[in-house]
Amino acid sequence: MSRSRTDRWLLVGLRASGAVTGAVVLLVIAFLLIESWPASRHVGLSRWITDPSWYPTSSAADGRFNLVPMLWGTLAAAGIAVALATPLALLSAVFCRFYAPPTIARFYRRMIQLLAGIPSVVYGLWGLTALVPLIQHFRPPGTSLLAGAAVLTLMILPTIALLADAALANVPGDHLRAAAAAGLSRPGTIRGVVFPAARAGIFTGILLGTGRAIGETMAVLMVCGNIVQTPTSLFDPIRTLTANIALEMAYAMGDHRSALFVSGLALMAIVIALVAMADRIGRGYAYA
Amino acid sequence: MTMTPDTLIPTKPVAVTVPPRPDHPPIIRAENLSVRYGDHRAFDQVTWTIARGRITALIGPSGCGKTSFLTCLNRLADLVPRCSVAGTLDIDGMDVLSAATDVIALRRRVGMIFQKPNPFPVSIRRNIALPLLDHRLCDRRTVDDHIERTLRAVGLWGEVKDRLNQSAFCLSGGQQQRLCLARALALKPDILLLDEPCSALDPISSGVVEDLIVSLRGRYTVVIVTHNLAQAKRIADDAAFFWLDGGAGRLIEHGPCRSVFENPAHPLTRAYIHGARG
Repeated sequence: MSRSRTDRWLLVGLRASGAVTGAVVLLVIAFLLIESWPASRHVGLSRWITDPSWYPTSSAADGRFNLVPMLWGTLAAAGIAVALATPLALLSAVFCRFYAPPTIARFYRRMIQLLAGIPSVVYGLWGLTALVPLIQHFRPPGTSLLAGAAVLTLMILPTIALLADAALANVPGDHLRAAAAAGLSRPGTIRGVVFPAARAGIFTGILLGTGRAIGETMAVLMVCGNIVQTPTSLFDPIRTLTANIALEMAYAMGDHRSALFVSGLALMAIVIALVAMADRIGRGYAYA
Repeated sequence: MTMTPDTLIPTKPVAVTVPPRPDHPPIIRAENLSVRYGDHRAFDQVTWTIARGRITALIGPSGCGKTSFLTCLNRLADLVPRCSVAGTLDIDGMDVLSAATDVIALRRRVGMIFQKPNPFPVSIRRNIALPLLDHRLCDRRTVDDHIERTLRAVGLWGEVKDRLNQSAFCLSGGQQQRLCLARALALKPDILLLDEPCSALDPISSGVVEDLIVSLRGRYTVVIVTHNLAQAKRIADDAAFFWLDGGAGRLIEHGPCRSVFENPAHPLTRAYIHGARG
């Protein structure tokens, strides 16, 4: 009797926490929709793409509201960072799990955990004072897509590496024994057995890394130059959607303020698309 | 009568046969082979030869070192932390326990099937292709032929030929076990180690796998651990009885299957065979 009552309370608690988690996501989306509504109404749908530039004003009729260059900035910086960080992170996880002696592996893992814990503003500070001058030396002005992508690479590398490392650690011993009994070489085992078994976990790591790269604000704001333009080379300064919100929120009013919520909504849409895509790909790999 | 191990365990196992006959030359020779896991002795001082091309069954209660003995033969014991192997072990002239031994080459020649089917988490095709390509036994052009031939050998081809690209986990337990057997056979081994290959299967799948094992006689040397005495009696040419004595497994008796089962020389063997012990 009392046991079933405990169960019932547990069920209530679990449902409540589940509902809160779901509600937070819905509330955030609802909030973004409400706040972006005035701008959507006054600017319309097409002007976000067709306007000649980003020159927002508090009344929609006078301003220009093209978000596309910043969208490209966000996608380019995050895309390059993920493309660079993923192979590095996977290699470091494989090294840590299968090649490094235990003491070195432990030390190495600790270092990567530390790397994951460094605040983003510190990455930005380093980028601004060390990386940007270096790039400037070769190709002025230095603040650029390249600087942003490099800082982001360093920031998401530990995220992906730690999750990949955990995924590799969770590969069932049965698979490893089967591979050993079949006399597979170590690279053969890793490529043929370990990666397929750890695919879902590795994928989650890449997804979280991508999310972090898209959402990162402070570090990219410090090193990217924040000029609104579609980048045509790695050395062009860019402004990302996140940096745009952070830079302009303090003084934005009226439709301008509302337009910033539209860019927040765009970020949200990218992340949702990413999760949906990952879900599809993950289902395609639904072995194991 | 009461049996106390102290009085019954002889220092040397009872060999019922005369030393290896010329028509059954030995392929595996173990001398004073012992395995320890840390302080725990899995088995002690096993001296024994296993004949080429025959099916040899290892019987005995759980925990008496039968599986540990198997894992010495392909050095899978290397994977177990704190495991140490002592003595000498020779397979077809290869000093198995030497640090200089090419373990990968050894494991190509000595295949192993486990109690629980353990296909790789990839497609059926890739389960066979992976070891073939990794050992460079064929190239990408001929790999499909090899896969078909191997799957036919275990009677799986007709059942899976239309879904080679599906995950191996879509197969039933018995099919998975046959796939694992195919994976081992693809490498053209000399010796197959089977660790209770049927015990996780339903009776019908178990029968299919058992028939397959019988069909391997002569072409491969098969060493099988089984708790199913009837199965051992049905399929094995030779049998060896392990028993736990003083915390360590020991080889008590070995010889042709018929004499071990019908005319055991050692009272412990007799008691175990007749269901009195273990």
